Amino acid sequence: MNNMKLNLCLLALALLAPTLLYPVFLAKVLCFALFACAFNLLLGFAGLLSFGHAAFLGTGGYVTGYLMIHSGLTPEVAILLGTIAGGLLGAIFGKLAVKREGIYFAMVTLALAQLIFFFYLQAPFTNGEDGLQGVPRGALFGLIDLSDNMVMYYFVLVIFIAGYWLINRTIHSPFGQVLKAIRENEDRATSLGYDVNHYKWLAFVISAALAALAGSTKTLVFELASLTDVHWHMSGEVILMTLVGGVGTIFGPVLGAGFIVTMQNYLSGGEMGNYIHIIMGAVFVICVLSFRSGIVGQLMKFKRNNF
Amino acid sequence: MATLFDINLFALFGQLLVGLINGSFYALLSLGLAIIFGLLKIINFAQGAMYMLGAFIALLALKYMGINYWFALILVPLTVGLIGILMERFLIRPIANEDHLYSLLLTFGLALIIQGVFTHAFGSSGLSYAVPDALKGGTKLPFMYLPNYRAWIIIVSVLVCAGTWWMIEKTKLGAYLRAGTENPQLMQAFGINVPLIVTLTFGFGVALAGFAGVMAAPIYSVSPDMGSNILITVFAIVVIGGMGSIGGAIITGLGMGVVEGLTKYFYPEASNTVIFLVMVIVLLLKPAGLFGKEA
Amino acid sequence: MKRTNTSVLSTVVSGAIAATMICSAQAATDGQVKLGILADMGGTYADICGSGCVIAAEMAIEDFGGSVLGKPIEMVSADSQLKPDVASAIARKWVEDEGVDTIGGLVSSAVSGAVSKVNADSKNITLISGSASNSFTTKACNPYNVHWTYNVVALANGTVKPMVQAGKKKWFFITADYSFGHALEGMASKVINENGGEVLGNVRAPLGTTDFSSYILQAQASGADVVALANAGNDTVNALKAAAEFGLTEQMDVAGLLVFTPNAQAMDPATAGGMRLTSGFYWDMDDETRKWSKRFEQRHGAIPSMIHAGVYSVTTHYLNAVKTAGTDDSDIVMKTMKETKPSDFFARNATLRPDGRMVHDMLYVEIKKKEERKDKNDIYKIIKVIPGNEAYSPMLPQCNFS
Repeated sequence: MNNMKLNLCLLALALLAPTLLYPVFLAKVLCFALFACAFNLLLGFAGLLSFGHAAFLGTGGYVTGYLMIHSGLTPEVAILLGTIAGGLLGAIFGKLAVKREGIYFAMVTLALAQLIFFFYLQAPFTNGEDGLQGVPRGALFGLIDLSDNMVMYYFVLVIFIAGYWLINRTIHSPFGQVLKAIRENEDRATSLGYDVNHYKWLAFVISAALAALAGSTKTLVFELASLTDVHWHMSGEVILMTLVGGVGTIFGPVLGAGFIVTMQNYLSGGEMGNYIHIIMGAVFVICVLSFRSGIVGQLMKFKRNNF
Repeated sequence: MATLFDINLFALFGQLLVGLINGSFYALLSLGLAIIFGLLKIINFAQGAMYMLGAFIALLALKYMGINYWFALILVPLTVGLIGILMERFLIRPIANEDHLYSLLLTFGLALIIQGVFTHAFGSSGLSYAVPDALKGGTKLPFMYLPNYRAWIIIVSVLVCAGTWWMIEKTKLGAYLRAGTENPQLMQAFGINVPLIVTLTFGFGVALAGFAGVMAAPIYSVSPDMGSNILITVFAIVVIGGMGSIGGAIITGLGMGVVEGLTKYFYPEASNTVIFLVMVIVLLLKPAGLFGKEA
Repeated sequence: MKRTNTSVLSTVVSGAIAATMICSAQAATDGQVKLGILADMGGTYADICGSGCVIAAEMAIEDFGGSVLGKPIEMVSADSQLKPDVASAIARKWVEDEGVDTIGGLVSSAVSGAVSKVNADSKNITLISGSASNSFTTKACNPYNVHWTYNVVALANGTVKPMVQAGKKKWFFITADYSFGHALEGMASKVINENGGEVLGNVRAPLGTTDFSSYILQAQASGADVVALANAGNDTVNALKAAAEFGLTEQMDVAGLLVFTPNAQAMDPATAGGMRLTSGFYWDMDDETRKWSKRFEQRHGAIPSMIHAGVYSVTTHYLNAVKTAGTDDSDIVMKTMKETKPSDFFARNATLRPDGRMVHDMLYVEIKKKEERKDKNDIYKIIKVIPGNEAYSPMLPQCNFS
């Protein structure tokens, strides 16, 4: 019941937030939050560190952007197709990567993502580093015009809640329990008769598809898809968001994404602009040295100790 | 002129030699990371920053203290190594028992700070460091002009790589190190100060990056982002070679230089990407890398 | 328990209704002039248009008197990180949420393109100073673009034409593999072909290549008279360094098609000395440029690049137009800007054409050799002044927004 109330309060907050804050900024936070949640499904609940998740974010973005510019599809269809494209790419990546463990898993995903980056850099339809500019937001179901930022924000919120709900359900399903069992002790899971690699692969595909969903949505929000989304820095950024928020907690990645995006947003402007890298670096160092369990982990510890 | 399938053979020889030079430089750069990443299992994202630091310290030492290239070759690695030792002792050791991810995040943060400070202090355009007089000029080979400094890179890289390999694989010190990283409790029980060994090894690995920085200063623009550009390639080399294998990193470094050199000739656009293609193929065929031991 | 949930829910719903009722669109015509400067604060081009661009705009505002239309002029600045998505997001926030009237600075063509798109949609003026692409006044032209300082056409005409005419007919390109590099190579190749020269070959090096030795060997093998570097920043510096090292500079000429003053300072004078290039500005040209540059140097710590000077010049021209027009309405201000001839230490014999291209005298300069330099800032000697209409290509009819 307590959780229910908390969720409703958060929902209220999310619904009211755009009256106070700039809606596009909030939509960006939600997109990255979904991206981080998708990533955390792998790292936090299946123990797999992917260093190539940018490939899915970017694929979703490029596919949706391309379709919106050239095909005349409505946004929900374009997003759906972007998500499917990301999921398919994830299926291929997953097949190749899940047989490897630990650092090797991370490195295979990184290497594959770099190949994808090269593809988008060279492919003529992406316009190289200019990216797909001027992607129209279109009208939802052909009816609701998304060009208004407020409307767009609520649309993103719906997508985010759907994605978040799906991740939540996955984690608490029998499938999610098997994943956790694999994370804790892979050999035992194998001896219990689970096809470990198949479970990992499924988790990978779901995570990739949701990352692509985040990318597709982000492209509509900013009306732009670019190489930034497929660059390995983006794969690194999502690791940071998850770590800062709290690995393996359900809400942690949301807070982590919010924190990092807000910080970038705040630091990129004005006087602080010159020191952005130094300050970001310092935040990471401090986080690692004193808040290792992330924001949510730290809060939970605080609650346990004091209540 | 000799041609084969429309390919100018002389030109190809030149490309191969240049690839080999770059490869020996990669080997040198990968060596430090192979030790830190391969043996200590610390994902040191600050290795690139240490390389950059090496180049900058050499440049500043020349400008403000008149320390020339030859002294810098010795002094800079010592300085950078000392920084590495302090870094390991006060920042990395406290989180040594945590997930490796945290060392990644920590060193990534450090790299951002170091790079940010240098960008702030020296700008982003880079500075130039002159080739020492003794190594100026070059030799005319039948198929290309070989600058003396590049020949010097090959010689130094081979010596340093061979020396390091010998020290780790063949000496008692190296044996302690390998054993200490593989089974710390046991070695501790034998009365060997494992944390000290780890600290010194980390310092040595970082010092190698600083050394590579001094070697690079005369041929590349000394700029704050020189390390971050090359870092991910070097990680890939260590993984392809097989983590924990010093010889693997050296051979892979050389090999990748050649592969990259050929790519630059036939399909230059892909020259930054080809290494990842190799990495995917290698890891799919040999899960622990070319020279790694399979668990 | 159930009741609490319902009451929370009703708050939520009423809140949402209230939220949608607040209109998010902002009118830019509010009599309050606000400038946004987007620059590269910590990346490769930080020296060319980073904090220096912000300082240049600040100086322009101060010299103008700090207020216009009876209100103080406001300025915001941000780091584009050279990424079009970041730039577009900031530009959007500025024009939609913070009432910014015009955005300037803008280094990297991808960034400028993204910002120009956002601005055109909301009828805000884009004051491009840092980008090289000529697309802002050709295939991506719109009525709100102003392109100051330089572009690839001026660079190609300025640097390549005199060399081809002097008998250097055979060319080889080392090109940065992204759209700026391609555009520069394309434009230069056109100039070469038109003047009776030929392009023997090219290599496309990925952006941020450290080792150019392989490309230098290919250039050497080509048998060209001139090796043109169609890249910028550290790429140019590294390529030139390798060229000198492998003895290429002794066999062939090297032409750096885009070199900014900080890059020229980063090059070893022994190898770069004698190289000729085109620039929109040089600080040591005459008393007027020196006077401004000294003031700038005091605040920034380094001599101004052409982009810094361009930012100052275009900001001043914009503010003057607002004052003359008596409004910050983009259409009227734009008309005034195009009707008045820009004239200051930077813009010489200048006009702002209806397509948004600012045509002004360009400088053909030579990098000084070590023995010719008085100090570290003494880097160019001016060979000749290229009249604007020779440097820039004529206006396209479809981009005539008069």
